Amino acid sequence: MSELAIQVAGLDKAYRFFQLRDIRLELEPGQILGFVGPNGAGKSTTIRVLMALVHQDRGDVRVLGRSMPREQAIAKRDIGYMSEDMRLYGGATIAWHMKFVASLHPQWDHDYAQTLLRRFSLRPEQPIKVLSHGERTKATLLLVLARRPRLLLLDEPTTGLDPVARHEILRELTDVMSDDRRSILFSSQNTQDVEQISDQITFLDRGRIIESSDKETFVERWRRLQLDVPPGVALPSLPEVTEISTSGRVATATIKAYTDEVAAAFTRAGATVREVQRMSLEEIFVANVMLSRKEARS
Amino acid sequence: MHSDVTISHADRRPMYLQIIEQIRHRVAVGDWKPGHELPSIRALAVATQVSVITVKRAYLELERDGVIVTRQGKGSFVAENVDLSTQLKHEELDEHLRAAAEIGRHLGLSADDLANRLRDAAQPPDDEAPGTEDVA
Repeated sequence: MSELAIQVAGLDKAYRFFQLRDIRLELEPGQILGFVGPNGAGKSTTIRVLMALVHQDRGDVRVLGRSMPREQAIAKRDIGYMSEDMRLYGGATIAWHMKFVASLHPQWDHDYAQTLLRRFSLRPEQPIKVLSHGERTKATLLLVLARRPRLLLLDEPTTGLDPVARHEILRELTDVMSDDRRSILFSSQNTQDVEQISDQITFLDRGRIIESSDKETFVERWRRLQLDVPPGVALPSLPEVTEISTSGRVATATIKAYTDEVAAAFTRAGATVREVQRMSLEEIFVANVMLSRKEARS
Repeated sequence: MHSDVTISHADRRPMYLQIIEQIRHRVAVGDWKPGHELPSIRALAVATQVSVITVKRAYLELERDGVIVTRQGKGSFVAENVDLSTQLKHEELDEHLRAAAEIGRHLGLSADDLANRLRDAAQPPDDEAPGTEDVA
């Protein structure tokens, strides 16, 4: 089963005030892809195209080997989709929803659903309208997970949740990965969640992918250098350096593709490399967005 | 959930290094003896709630350093190397020395200054105590 869970090439979708351009995505079975971007970057729209809730203007979209939107009916049997704007029936109970979803999906796993109720501390007899935001999110996720879909498309599953609920949800998502045929694509503004559980990371800004690679490569490539710069020394401009901020004799350089050669070049110029720091995914993300916006202006 | 490895987000080191360090420690203290079978990459990823790719990277580096061996289709095991714990202690010492050198650099100490400080620190305490009393 070497078929990709998601394969998207040249996806375009234009709205009046917003457009997705040339989106390319690939997700292998057994992996988690974290989709990171500021508000309005196009994360939800992209996920909705994958779900065929929105149809692309152009581009090849294949999900679980099915061409979307044409073969959506077959593909969707194996996709679990969850988003903010999904509504459960306020007056109905969790148990009612479980029965309803189970009746539509023959692969519904009753035992797993019971386990999830316990792990998420949910009571089946509770009507949806009395649930907190966190409980409602967990109930929605339960309905998706208990179908054991091969692909989970989760639009901001952890946004607005308290740390305990977030932890519970991340635990279930990593648990899914014990089966190497299943895959997850989830979007988030919480880069720590993404950094923790993702194998692949894609940064989106203003409708375009600004960087996409496996997480280890991402975290390994970016560095921040603390430099001491004696008077009269001019720092070389290197292609790997995305930003340098200087204050007195001290400078901070952000590097997008660090090698020892970068530090050596600064040293040759007469500066002292005081420290080479790793960057968190959040810092890398912000640096990346700033860089792509700077390039777009020039 | 029980896990052999825990990840800290306050720790600035990357997650794969934290995994490497904890496994090395398990081996160094003798919890995991040569031949001990490690959890599979996927199982450890699930247990520690980090991505598969992160655990894979940790295992690859441990393999490269000779701490573990991976047999195709069988799993990963602690290497049959009796000197492993000594080797690990040496590596640990090197790491501490590098950290000390780093602080020395911040303080503007020369390599000689640093070596002298280390020599002082290496003195057995009983040598030092009578010496100070003599002066007093």
